Amino acid sequence: MLLSGDPPRGRILSAMLATIVAVLAVAPFLFPSTRALAVAERIAILIVLTASYDMLLGYTGIVSFAHTMFFGMGAYGVAIALTRFGAGWGQVVIGALAGMLLAIVVAAIVGLLSLRVRAIFFAMITLAVASFAQILASTMRDWTGGEDGLTFEVPKTLTSAFRLGGGYNGNLVTYYLIFTVAAVLFLFLLRVVNSPMGRVLQAIRENEFRAEALGLRTLWYRTLAGAIAAAAASLAGSLLALQLRYTGPDATLSFSLMVDILLIVVIGGMGTLYGAIVGATIMTMAQYYLQPAMGGLANAFSGVPLMQAVLDPDRWLLWLGLLFIAIVYFFPTGIVGRLRTP
Amino acid sequence: MSIVLETRDLSVHFGGHVAVDGVSCAFDRGILTAIVGPNGAGKSTYFNLISGQLRATAGAVLLEGRDLTALSAPKRTQLGLGRAFQLTNLFPSLTVLENVRLAFQARLGPGLDFLTMAISHSELHDRAVACLERVKLQTRATFPAAALPHGDQRKLEVAILLALDPLVFMFDEPTAGMSVDEVPTILDLIEEIREQRDKTILLVEHKMEVVRRLADRVIVLHQGKLVADGAPAAVVASTIVQEAYLGVAHV
Ligand SMILES: Nc1ncnc2c1ncn2[C@@H]1O[C@H](COP(=O)(O)OP(=O)(O)OP(=O)(O)O)[C@@H](O)[C@H]1O
Ligand SMILES: [Mg+2]
Repeated sequence: MLLSGDPPRGRILSAMLATIVAVLAVAPFLFPSTRALAVAERIAILIVLTASYDMLLGYTGIVSFAHTMFFGMGAYGVAIALTRFGAGWGQVVIGALAGMLLAIVVAAIVGLLSLRVRAIFFAMITLAVASFAQILASTMRDWTGGEDGLTFEVPKTLTSAFRLGGGYNGNLVTYYLIFTVAAVLFLFLLRVVNSPMGRVLQAIRENEFRAEALGLRTLWYRTLAGAIAAAAASLAGSLLALQLRYTGPDATLSFSLMVDILLIVVIGGMGTLYGAIVGATIMTMAQYYLQPAMGGLANAFSGVPLMQAVLDPDRWLLWLGLLFIAIVYFFPTGIVGRLRTP
Repeated sequence: MSIVLETRDLSVHFGGHVAVDGVSCAFDRGILTAIVGPNGAGKSTYFNLISGQLRATAGAVLLEGRDLTALSAPKRTQLGLGRAFQLTNLFPSLTVLENVRLAFQARLGPGLDFLTMAISHSELHDRAVACLERVKLQTRATFPAAALPHGDQRKLEVAILLALDPLVFMFDEPTAGMSVDEVPTILDLIEEIREQRDKTILLVEHKMEVVRRLADRVIVLHQGKLVADGAPAAVVASTIVQEAYLGVAHV
């Protein structure tokens, strides 16, 4: 029931997913450092963000570049509510709901625009809309703080000033808030892709012409899928705002984040949803730990000239790129696609 | 007899080429009409105009007196026009069972429901299994559609149309490219639907022995025009058909 009749299938894959989820579930007790906790939080948030994108790309075959825009709407919703009206729980809820509502409305409008346009033009439209949102966010300084973004207070329960027993504080509350909401959203998305509507999404991906000949009005299905994905991305954005206590264009709206989402979905495995869990974990770990690990290695090889140059921490992006090329080359269907038994 | 489907002066042109040219024809309930004509005569295009895959340049399509001309393909399917395609048109990486289950879901189904599990709608599943048995594909249920040999894909195409259970069945060369031992399965099925005498069947078919066996009526399209209409024996023997098919090997 919890998995919506869609278990991971495959022993290695199940073990891998169980490990990731179990570690995330107890992360604050395994890794007390704030940095490690931030990594775990980011993984949880990215899982929701990329799983909702996989519903569009992997299940429905929709290519959109506007997903970070919806992420940003949730983040700015919470940020603006907390900045303007003070650090209360009511503001968090209202900000998150307002961001989500806006995301749903904009997604529905963009979805209905796809009525007459081919996939490539639809992708272009989303690109234009996303650029427009970026410009809005950096020019409406009074509301969004412009390029600098917004820094704000969160409810006291979520801060280190809130003392729990045993040396724990509000950071633990923040973590479990993020973890729980992310888990619920992921299970919700898993339910959606395995619902009758989810089956239609796959039919659209496979052969939209035939789906229409079955009497399915694909436009409504695509639009609903877009709205659900946007709502989930927006809620993930709200979680990010609470985690960082900051929202800015680079953190939520940037195209480099959009590229990260695409990479995560492709590396994890399109059209599997579980790929988001694996992909988000690998991506975040690489981003946080590859550079320091290389620094350590470079020091170890400090006498060897070529090795030192190759392992220079400044070249970590090169190694990240090579890692991704290797994964895509050896697992064209993604890691989950590869490990899954049919 | 009651008219179920009617086309009035139905035409479409692609640039300067008129593919269907002012075809007016009415189809009665319970009657199987074979549509014959040489390659490129406009038979599939006529089907596309009726079922809405293509918009007419002029003319009208009426189903039970209702003008469908402005309606989309999905809407027309919902109103009872069911289509099987000449070029196999499936959901390739979905399973055979899922291809048929989706057709049942589209007709009976839960629509935009995104909160229940598809597998919990067991009546759709059971009907899909029964439908696959009718076309003798039950042993292939879990294969991806793309993995089936050509003949089985044609059967699946027919199974999807059976699942839609429309008022008007439109078969476009359903047995083309099938091996001889597979053909009877499909022809028996079409005959079975015809014997119910409550459905209207349109069958595009090149093989004259099939036309003689199944058709109550034959119409001939030639260069987009309706050039003959009548009882099978008379039409097949007419000079116009002999001329239209002159030199075409499979007569
Ligand atoms: N979308 C299209 N654009 C341009 N021309 C088209 C299009 N569809 C069909 N035609 C042309 O219209 C004519 C009729 O084609 P159609 O497919 O209806 O023939 P048909 O009678 O079904 O032939 P066959 O027996 O080979 O299936 C052909 O000349 C074809 O090239
Ligand atoms: Mg044809």
